[in-house]
Amino acid sequence: MWDYLKLAGLGLVAVCAAIAANYAHDLAYQVNAITVMLAAGIAFLWVLRSAGDPRPNLQHEYFDDVIRAGAIATAFWGAVGFLVGVVIALQLAFPQLNFEFLQGYGNFGRLRPLHTSAVIFAFGGNALIMSSFYIVQRTSAARLFGGSLGWFVFWGWQLVIVLAATGYVLGASQGKEYAEPVWYVDILITVVWVAFLIAFMGTLFKRKEPHIYVANWFLLSMILTVAMLHLVNNAAIPVSIFGSAQVQLYSGVQDAMVQWWYGHNAVGFFLTAGFLGMMYYFVPKQAERPVFSYKLSIIHFWALIFLYIWAGPHHLHYTALPDWASTLGMVFSVILWMPSWGGMINGLMTLSGAWDKLRTDPIIRMMVVSIGFYGMSTFEGPMMSIKAVNSLSHYTDWTIGHVHSGALGWNGMITFGVLYYLVPRLWNREGLYSLKLVSWHFWLATIGIVLYASAMWVTGIMEGLMWREVDANGFLVNAFADTVAAKFPMYVVRAAGGGLFLTGALIMCWNLWMTVRAQPARVTQNSAVPAE
Amino acid sequence: METYSFLRHLADSWFLLAMTLGFLALCVWAFRPGSRAMHQDVASSIFRNDDRPAADDPAQPRKEA
Repeated sequence: MWDYLKLAGLGLVAVCAAIAANYAHDLAYQVNAITVMLAAGIAFLWVLRSAGDPRPNLQHEYFDDVIRAGAIATAFWGAVGFLVGVVIALQLAFPQLNFEFLQGYGNFGRLRPLHTSAVIFAFGGNALIMSSFYIVQRTSAARLFGGSLGWFVFWGWQLVIVLAATGYVLGASQGKEYAEPVWYVDILITVVWVAFLIAFMGTLFKRKEPHIYVANWFLLSMILTVAMLHLVNNAAIPVSIFGSAQVQLYSGVQDAMVQWWYGHNAVGFFLTAGFLGMMYYFVPKQAERPVFSYKLSIIHFWALIFLYIWAGPHHLHYTALPDWASTLGMVFSVILWMPSWGGMINGLMTLSGAWDKLRTDPIIRMMVVSIGFYGMSTFEGPMMSIKAVNSLSHYTDWTIGHVHSGALGWNGMITFGVLYYLVPRLWNREGLYSLKLVSWHFWLATIGIVLYASAMWVTGIMEGLMWREVDANGFLVNAFADTVAAKFPMYVVRAAGGGLFLTGALIMCWNLWMTVRAQPARVTQNSAVPAE
Repeated sequence: METYSFLRHLADSWFLLAMTLGFLALCVWAFRPGSRAMHQDVASSIFRNDDRPAADDPAQPRKEA
């Protein structure tokens, strides 16, 4: 019965998408509608071919197929996102790379949201979904809730990525940073995200462990908060149901405030709380010792929950936003420094008594460096939120450097560590193909980040100082184009750093591929002898 | 009083106080007597059930990994 309902639903979606493609007002909408039609058609055939098959009871094993798919998707989208990043870094250094024949599709303005969304939502999002499913099953000692709901979440998320990415290139964007997807993609995100929440919560509800491990708190707060942020920030009215244009519900400074309330908490909950959930599970697992202080992890969690949500206004210093609001954002940002460093200490000290692993285990090294970058960027962030500092740093490349030390260093490195941890286990392989290649990845990525961040510090502070430089009569000394010209060498260094980071990620993909292809299967340890 | 002013005053007086106290209470609660054993158990729970879900039989004693 359920299969027939699914078939009817998918058929309906395919027909409606075909009609929508026919009446489309713009190219992006048309391409998206055709994509949805094809996706629904493929899903229809898939359900049709397996309809009525007996469903074996799998409650005695974990739902790992979807996590394997998630690992592949994470590595793939990571490589794509980094590649687009290197391309746009080169476009900034060498504007000739905005080719005339690609004008309107392949220039910086179109590729930049493609890069940010690919790394945050495709790479980071798949990493979070994959880790959530892995962690919640293991710590609940129960199979993922909802039968094949996990597959819906996975494929739904891939569809979101493809729709958003093709939409950006073809000009569909609602112009909100990190929330560019247009109204119908936003609706799809909501549906997939609610399915994610149901799968996660359902597993927690049927857990066989008495307590909910702290990593799950962080992951659940990520899912819930992102749902709230997404719904509020994307409140918009479509101009037509056959077009990708929409009108935002809020306007002026209210819209700006909602946008940065969303934007900062996307950083705070998607890129911080979610990845802290990964840290609190995978670092202890890889170090083979429990987290340094469970009490500290509880305080870390509640402090982030209570503080993060207020920090958004620091993105709008010296704007039409009321002074009290930006002061509030600044104060809470500075307070946030403490719980962030508490969490950093908790992660690092998990290695106390096992520091020798830093020499022998390149995966631990990767995780430790990622926690180090978490500490660095959660110090830099509060500092930049102070109004006096912000008056220099805002609108400069310093901000971009800060974002990348967090995103490449913290989110990227911990995700690489998690992939290196998961792939041999998920495919039941005897260790990684090559630890030497992990070391190569580690050093390429680290040097790449250092080049990137230092180049952006130099160019950011330089352009900030050039913008405010006045002569004896109070006239500005530099034209905007002077700063652009002065930044050229740093832009080249930045692109080189990004190139190193991308090379490291490609080495990782090769290493993981060879782990699955060439490594011998692990001898199962599930013999009859009970482990002591 | 108009809604904005009402919410604005509520936010930086009683609600702020309530949230601060709530946060402090949660911190104190983490340090309550007797929490240590429970926290140690949770912290080491990640080393159990790595390969398959726990059996449904609740009478089964917990095995160390």
